[in-house]
Amino acid sequence: MRFTKKDILDMESLSVDEINLILNTANRMKEISIRPIKKVPTLRGKTVVLFFHEPSTRTRISFDIAAKRLSADSLSISANSSSIVKGETLADTVRNLEAMNPDIIVLRHSFAGTPHLLARLVKSSIINAGDGMHAHPTQALLDLMTVREKKGKISGLRIAIIGDISHSRVARSNITGFTKMGAEVVIAGPLTMIPKGIESLGASVRYNVDEAICDADVIMMLRIQKERQKSFLFSTEREYSKVYGLTQERVENARSDVLIMHPGPVNRGVEIACEVVDGPYSIILDQVTNGVAVRMALLYLISGGTRNADTD
Amino acid sequence: MLILIKGGRVIDPGNLDGIMDILIEDGKIKEQGSGIRGQGSGVEKQGLGVSQGLGIGGQNSKLKIIDASGKFVVPGLIDMHVHFREPGHEYKETIKTGCLSAAFGGFTAVCTMPNTNPVTDNAQVAEYILKKARLANTVRVYPVAAISPGLKGKGLCEYGELKEAGVIAFSDDGNPVVDSQLMRRALEYAKGFGLPIISHCEQLDLVAGGVMNEGALATRMGLAGIPNAAESIMVMRDIALCELTGASLHIAHVSTAESVRAIRDAKKRGIPVTAETAPHYFSLTEKAVEEYNTNAKMNPPLRSEHDRKAVLEGLSDGTIDVVATDHAPHSSIEKEVEFDRAANGIIGLETSVSLSLKLVQNSIISIVDLVEKMSTNPAKILGLDHGIKKGKPADITIIDPDITYKVDAAGFQSLSRNTPFDGWDMKGKAILTMVGGNVVFER
Repeated sequence: MRFTKKDILDMESLSVDEINLILNTANRMKEISIRPIKKVPTLRGKTVVLFFHEPSTRTRISFDIAAKRLSADSLSISANSSSIVKGETLADTVRNLEAMNPDIIVLRHSFAGTPHLLARLVKSSIINAGDGMHAHPTQALLDLMTVREKKGKISGLRIAIIGDISHSRVARSNITGFTKMGAEVVIAGPLTMIPKGIESLGASVRYNVDEAICDADVIMMLRIQKERQKSFLFSTEREYSKVYGLTQERVENARSDVLIMHPGPVNRGVEIACEVVDGPYSIILDQVTNGVAVRMALLYLISGGTRNADTD
Repeated sequence: MLILIKGGRVIDPGNLDGIMDILIEDGKIKEQGSGIRGQGSGVEKQGLGVSQGLGIGGQNSKLKIIDASGKFVVPGLIDMHVHFREPGHEYKETIKTGCLSAAFGGFTAVCTMPNTNPVTDNAQVAEYILKKARLANTVRVYPVAAISPGLKGKGLCEYGELKEAGVIAFSDDGNPVVDSQLMRRALEYAKGFGLPIISHCEQLDLVAGGVMNEGALATRMGLAGIPNAAESIMVMRDIALCELTGASLHIAHVSTAESVRAIRDAKKRGIPVTAETAPHYFSLTEKAVEEYNTNAKMNPPLRSEHDRKAVLEGLSDGTIDVVATDHAPHSSIEKEVEFDRAANGIIGLETSVSLSLKLVQNSIISIVDLVEKMSTNPAKILGLDHGIKKGKPADITIIDPDITYKVDAAGFQSLSRNTPFDGWDMKGKAILTMVGGNVVFER
């Protein structure tokens, strides 16, 4: 199968076959990162612009490492180092970037739909590295990869996503991605954080965390942001961690082969207890490792590569 | 100078309806009835077509005949809710281009909202607008002034002086009047001058950064939603204040089922509230914002199909008195940006008649109702002496209900292009607009 997408904008626009191709390619890419010389020449001469319009460490570095391991030239721009601080519109900034002939623009932006806007404006490939509350497809793909790696499959699994669903692009992309690949997704959290009509993405809502996680194969905890208190979305961190947090006790009552995930950054002791983060069920750092592999796969596939990267 | 509009169906709700002729002399309606023959010597032009520059030659020396058979001849349409961006943002629209856009859309008069820069909150700005309108010499412009200085909701503007300057209503459109006491006093104070308050109903606490209708689509798109209650709560508050004061209150751009219901109930109880909706609220739903289309971003937002149907019902049963466009010109600087950052609003003057005619084609309302909502009712609410009557200025719109065309935004008179209706197939449009006997637009 050939990968023909120009852009990676969200999980909705990827087919099951495309997702499988990405995951299979990522599996092969993973090996490159454990070689003594972690570099293949596959994308030599390609330019990857990492345009991060919102603070990010993990995702930006993950893309940067992915590009470098494939020998692409990568460079980073952030909102405050770009002309946007001088009043240039985003569209103009990107048209100027385009004029320098990059191959791929990886975009992180705090507003939903921005990658879609840019994809219409420029010929370079756009990879969405997170847009507002909308989508974070590379995170969903690395989560799918990690679960498939640990469980040997995705179809038929039950995934529980717990926390602030409303503000989470990770939740949206994972609901779409996991249901598309045949898993069942249940979500739970304070009702103030469950957005209207979320069922239309394929998730079913539970009011109670214990009910949501009791037969889950995977529990994915979402970061709670303290500033949400100001918009009356929850009472106190103390109550949040008690009612909605993943405590050691809750893990003990979960399935014996449960996997615990978190997209990071983690608020230890708030949405997830320290001993759970560091405990035997946690695959949080595997997610980060696989992030590099998935992003290598995407850079490779979207560049239209036909050879297997690891044969170079 | 004589003009004879021959053989059209003349519709002036509550006054005239039938195939008849209208004779116009020196800009005023001289006579209407059947079989009128002009008394001038020599007919200058036959068929639908009148050149401008009337008045050449001696008085009564020429007769122009406009053949309107198969057309609707109606009192000039009034769009009581437009934003012309002068003074302040002339790159989006000037009074001149706005007036041309209105004329091409079939409107003989518009009410301009006060969110100009500087704000239309004092007589000088109102006079400036009226001066520019006189220079444009196209359609009639009636400025709406702010309820509060700077649209800030902290006090009352000088309604007396503004009225003297030519203002015909007050509104903080774009901003709600948050302070209920100020809203009460504004209604009372305006009542003393016999002018209405036009209310932009929006509870900002509930909007909370929302940029589209709240619901499954907003959730899927990752955009913050605006619940229906953000509008209807304030509609209900303002109805309560209208009941308290007995002043005349007009609710702008109704978009939700709950607002329609509240207004319907209020009218049943005899409260002097009136309401308008815009063509986009009965033509589109939130689905238009898919793909992050900023030309479908507006405030209030496009709502669900359930709301659209409720708006149609409100139009059909008379709960909604007026169709007004909320014509809101923006350039690509405001629209070719991230959806959250994009300005609210779309232009509407040049698509309003065609979109509204769809209501007639779909048997939601009759053509008579349509003329009421686009001409008679706005005139009544604004206290304008309007209609096809002997001695009145000849403000007349001729509508061809059968002409078919495709909307081409690039050809608009408006300086802006922000419309979600580009490329739509339409049936029926205004083909002639006459203001005080002057033809300001003719197809």
